[in-house]
Amino acid sequence: MLKLVLVNLFRNKLRTFLTMASVTVALFLFCTLFGVLDTLNESIKVGSESRLVTRNRISLVQWIPMAYRQRIESVPGVKRVAVQNWFGAQDPADTRGFFAQFGVDDPYFAIYAKDVEIIEASPAMAQGGVPEGADPKLASYYLERTACVVGEKLMAKKGWKLGQTVTLAGTIFPGDWPFTIRAVYRARQKSFGDETMFFHYKYLSEKGMGGQEAVGTYVLELSDPSQATAVLKAVDSQFENAAPATLTETEQAFQAGFVSMYGNVPFVLQVIGIAIVFSILLIAANTMMTSIRERTSEIGVLKTLGFTDGHVFTMVVAEAAVITLGGGLLGALGAKLLVDGRAVFGTFLPPMSVYWTTVFTGVGIATLIGAVSGLIPALQASRLRIVDALRRVE
Amino acid sequence: MASVEVRDVRKVYRRDAEEVVVLDGLTLTIPDGAFVALMGPSGSGKTTLLNLIGGVDQPTSGDLVVGDTNIARLGGDALARWRAASIGYIFQLYNLMPVLTAVENVELPLLLVPMSAAERRRRAETALQLVGLGDRLRHYPRQLSGGQEQRVAIARALVSDPKVLLADEPTGDLDRKSAEEVLKLLERLNREFGKTIVMVTHDPHAAERATRQYHLEKGVLTN
Repeated sequence: MLKLVLVNLFRNKLRTFLTMASVTVALFLFCTLFGVLDTLNESIKVGSESRLVTRNRISLVQWIPMAYRQRIESVPGVKRVAVQNWFGAQDPADTRGFFAQFGVDDPYFAIYAKDVEIIEASPAMAQGGVPEGADPKLASYYLERTACVVGEKLMAKKGWKLGQTVTLAGTIFPGDWPFTIRAVYRARQKSFGDETMFFHYKYLSEKGMGGQEAVGTYVLELSDPSQATAVLKAVDSQFENAAPATLTETEQAFQAGFVSMYGNVPFVLQVIGIAIVFSILLIAANTMMTSIRERTSEIGVLKTLGFTDGHVFTMVVAEAAVITLGGGLLGALGAKLLVDGRAVFGTFLPPMSVYWTTVFTGVGIATLIGAVSGLIPALQASRLRIVDALRRVE
Repeated sequence: MASVEVRDVRKVYRRDAEEVVVLDGLTLTIPDGAFVALMGPSGSGKTTLLNLIGGVDQPTSGDLVVGDTNIARLGGDALARWRAASIGYIFQLYNLMPVLTAVENVELPLLLVPMSAAERRRRAETALQLVGLGDRLRHYPRQLSGGQEQRVAIARALVSDPKVLLADEPTGDLDRKSAEEVLKLLERLNREFGKTIVMVTHDPHAAERATRQYHLEKGVLTN
């Protein structure tokens, strides 16, 4: 019986191929679009419940003073505080190859010690200088004012080498900015991303701010994550009547805020994905109906030979299922293999994620398309009276 | 012993509001091992009678006993299973599956019977050898002549060893030589293998090969 299904599928190879290809492309697009949603979801995961982020209440692009640091550190429940400033420079050798750079202060790598792994570092010329909790391999970075730490994927993309000095052209902070690569990191969490450059905040403040110390965001490590709500309220209450006031939130909420900037884009992507699937359902159903209509007399002959309505129904549904399930598997797995892990959004979002749940959803949808598209022609074929089927040719 | 008994069978088709009586209280007994030709003008009800005997269509009223089964009382899957086991059907236009080879076409009815693939293949090859096509097993229908295609169709009708063979104009689409080969084959199946054969034909020469001829006129037997 399976052989009969297969020979029928290959009786019009071009039609079968085109239908299967259209299902493959549709499911590839579906999984890629839903992969964007997965990626947005993944970007929220970078945040930890054990860390808070404090920023200017008015806007993220407005700074807050360095003078707030001591007051934040004094709030009970705050273990460590680090500074993080967006730099936004360009590589003159590759102006379109944008990547993120942050000026961070010493505690930063101690706070994120569990999120990154230093995989390569220059040997230190002197002892000491590494903050408690930070990787000792970062010694040479901490000893050099213009040193930087670069993600391994960015290193590969740019073709940079450890110890190399790269000069970036400042945009927010004009001028040429030489940096010496002293360490390479690998993200332990995919969502952290491997395409960012970190350098000393002090270098930024001295060269770019004329000694003025303005801060983009503070990262607060908590001694007890369960106290996050109390701590963030306590931090913000300190600056309630100050100019500027602060907004403190968990790192996850901070990342979710970025995602919310995409507005209705996720909803639009979902609608497009569902529309693609629905249109393919119609195409597959039309193909199956055409295929069955062409074989009306053969169905009559099979029934004359003793094939039951159930046999005919199963055969037609199986044909539809092979086409759509085959195409669905190719499309969904293709999206997983070709799209997953690609940094298509630069450094604003982590590399593309296509969750296995999305792949399985895609395959499930393909199966459903097969069942639905095969259902009507299968019912028509199974209900066909033999004499009516044979009359069409006899 | 009667192989086929048609008792007071009526078949009425509805065409919109109009009722068309195709068979009108027809009674007929075909003995076991007979070779019967059904003749008559177009629209006389020959093919309808053949379809009723073959369980392909259902009578409006009356009884149809084939072997020891009253098939007028069967329906759906039971009738399909009965067809698979009891009837071999030969069509005017052969109706082979173009995507299957000769031997695969002959294997089709055996897919409904629990048996190994090897046994199925062996029986299909034997049936094709019986109809003189042992050297055309792997040929597709498009690679065969009309006469050869009809012999494959006969092998397909034979392969499950039914007691009754029904042939609807089996020589209607063939040249004289091929028609003669097919008729000889049917005669042999009747004589040597004891198959009961009911053949619808317009051709008097073909009808002469049968042991008994019946004429239908407007749904009624005239002899």
